[in-house]
Amino acid sequence: MAKGRAIICEHRCKGCGLCITACPQGLIEISNKLNASGFHPAVVSELEKCKGCALCALMCPDVAIEVEREEK
Amino acid sequence: MGKVLMKGNEAVAEAAVLGGCRYFFGYPITPQNEIPEYLAKRLPEVGGTFLQAESEISAINMVFGAAGSGARVMTSSSGPGISLKQEGISYIAGAELPCVIVNMVRGGPGLGNIGPAQSDYFQATKGGGHGDYRLIVLGPASVQELVDLTIEAFEMADRYRNPVMILGDGILGQMMEPVEFKVKEIMSGPEKPWATTGAKGRTRNLITSLYIVPEDLEEHCRKLKEKYDGIAAVEKRHESYFAEDAEIVLAAYGTTARICKAVVDQAREEGIRAGLIRPVSLWPFPDEPYFKAADYADAFLAVEMSNGQMVEDVRLSVNGKKPVHFLGRTGGIVPTKAEIYADVKKIAAGGVR
Amino acid sequence: MAVKKVFTKPASMTDKTMHFCPGCTHGIIQRLVAEVIDELGIREDTIAVGPVGCAVFCYDYWDVDFQQASHGRAPAVATGVKRVHPDKVVFSLQGDGDIAAIGTTEIVHAAARGEQISCLFVNNSIYGMTGGQMAPTTIVGQKTTTTPDGRDSSRAGYPVKLTEMLAVLDGVTYSARVSVHSPANVVKAKKVIKKAFEIQMKGEGFAIVEILSTCPTNWGLSPVDSIKWLEDNVLPYFPIGEFKTPGEVSS
Repeated sequence: MAKGRAIICEHRCKGCGLCITACPQGLIEISNKLNASGFHPAVVSELEKCKGCALCALMCPDVAIEVEREEK
Repeated sequence: MGKVLMKGNEAVAEAAVLGGCRYFFGYPITPQNEIPEYLAKRLPEVGGTFLQAESEISAINMVFGAAGSGARVMTSSSGPGISLKQEGISYIAGAELPCVIVNMVRGGPGLGNIGPAQSDYFQATKGGGHGDYRLIVLGPASVQELVDLTIEAFEMADRYRNPVMILGDGILGQMMEPVEFKVKEIMSGPEKPWATTGAKGRTRNLITSLYIVPEDLEEHCRKLKEKYDGIAAVEKRHESYFAEDAEIVLAAYGTTARICKAVVDQAREEGIRAGLIRPVSLWPFPDEPYFKAADYADAFLAVEMSNGQMVEDVRLSVNGKKPVHFLGRTGGIVPTKAEIYADVKKIAAGGVR
Repeated sequence: MAVKKVFTKPASMTDKTMHFCPGCTHGIIQRLVAEVIDELGIREDTIAVGPVGCAVFCYDYWDVDFQQASHGRAPAVATGVKRVHPDKVVFSLQGDGDIAAIGTTEIVHAAARGEQISCLFVNNSIYGMTGGQMAPTTIVGQKTTTTPDGRDSSRAGYPVKLTEMLAVLDGVTYSARVSVHSPANVVKAKKVIKKAFEIQMKGEGFAIVEILSTCPTNWGLSPVDSIKWLEDNVLPYFPIGEFKTPGEVSS
């Protein structure tokens, strides 16, 4: 199974949560931390389970998510 | 090319072509329809585009787009149509886009009528639209001057990145006079590195009048003021007709100035030292000749086809040194030589209106 | 095994953080347009025209030549641009108030002329920038600051289906409505935007693409609930689909 990595840019994230509902595995949650703009950013809680499907990035209105995938 | 007999509106249109105008966006309104009609035929001959817009609002915004894209572009209208264009003109001035706008003024306010008038002077010279901006406003008094000033308007617009208005009237647009097109070759504008042409090999260009940060907008307005001050320093124009020793100085522009010349002639024949100072640039207004004349003249008489608009600039120029009288006709009625002369005689005799 | 970036910010997008409220799907639309510009390789040949409204700063996020139009007049400005540069790709972006209320004349006549431009229309059924007033596309019953009891059709009429209206004009080559409320719809929306651009590039004519979007702030809902509200209330009234495609002749 492909392994991936969703990287959420903390300072671009506004904590809207659209990525949370987009993630088919429910790997994303809102952080307790505040970012520089005063938002609670989204974080990938179980990065090792990420398959790199990029649905979170597709729905991110702030282009705050980059996605990598391991490919053979 | 020798002299040809041409109607004012058609002469403006041909002058625009010679001045390098390749794009015209307009909407029909009397009494300027010969301008779009002429250009509908003429522009395609020189590879240009004529487009009849769905409204004056659309027309002026097409002008915005074309001017921002680097083209020499013109629109024309009259009274009510120019009112509709004011928002767009403010945006054009704010974004510092060069273009030429012709207003063949008709009677107002409201629908008014299609007779000649000079009642759009305030609108043209004092802003018209919202915000702190200036148009360069030129007031031709003959078909030849319509031609010369229209061609020059394109140069001025590009030189200052500013809209230029030709303020005519219904008579100028409709009258036929012999004209000479002194421009031998069709002109073209300067390079415009600021225009939107596709950001090939350079950083992208932005055409905007939006400055959301107050400090930025103030800086923009300060720059605009600097530009306007610069224009005012070098572009004031007037014609002096027997004004150098006049005891009564008439002030009139455009069609009215032609009649005033005849009045000056008659007055001189009858022993009254009258003269005329005719502003050619209405903004910037040529204040100095009036201010100087106030040292030797006894009184001024402003004549307009309005309830008194330019007269305010004459009064500002004279600055209280001498009385400034006013004669105005409205509704599309042109003041006659006889009625103006009657006022001149009254003033000469010491009577005050 | 090689690690490959499968999703990243499009090159035609600037680094600037977008000003849109959290969860406003307008940001997705900004990104899709940039992705399309990248994929078509037209960044240096594109001139965009922007609106007045929430998207007034959209030029901050696209690295292309740009003209900022007055409220409602983007299609007229785009007409002026395209007539001067017929070889460039010219597109406009407007919100619902901009295009379907104050600018109705301009969009209808640009469409009727068959201007070779692509017009993008973001419909979030409310005036966002001015604080949530009724839009021409506000749904009947929807509460706004100027319809506090909900839009009453007996007094405030009905939402304008602009994209369907334009489809009947002979000057229109392509007319479609998409939405960005789910990943599948985002993918579809991008295809349709790309098609609109390609139609222009092939000289086939005028295209209008309406994109349904959310306004959590002025709808008074969370971003996630806004998506649900769009599905339940906006989609039934503004169905997704292509209303006219190239080659079709309107009857």
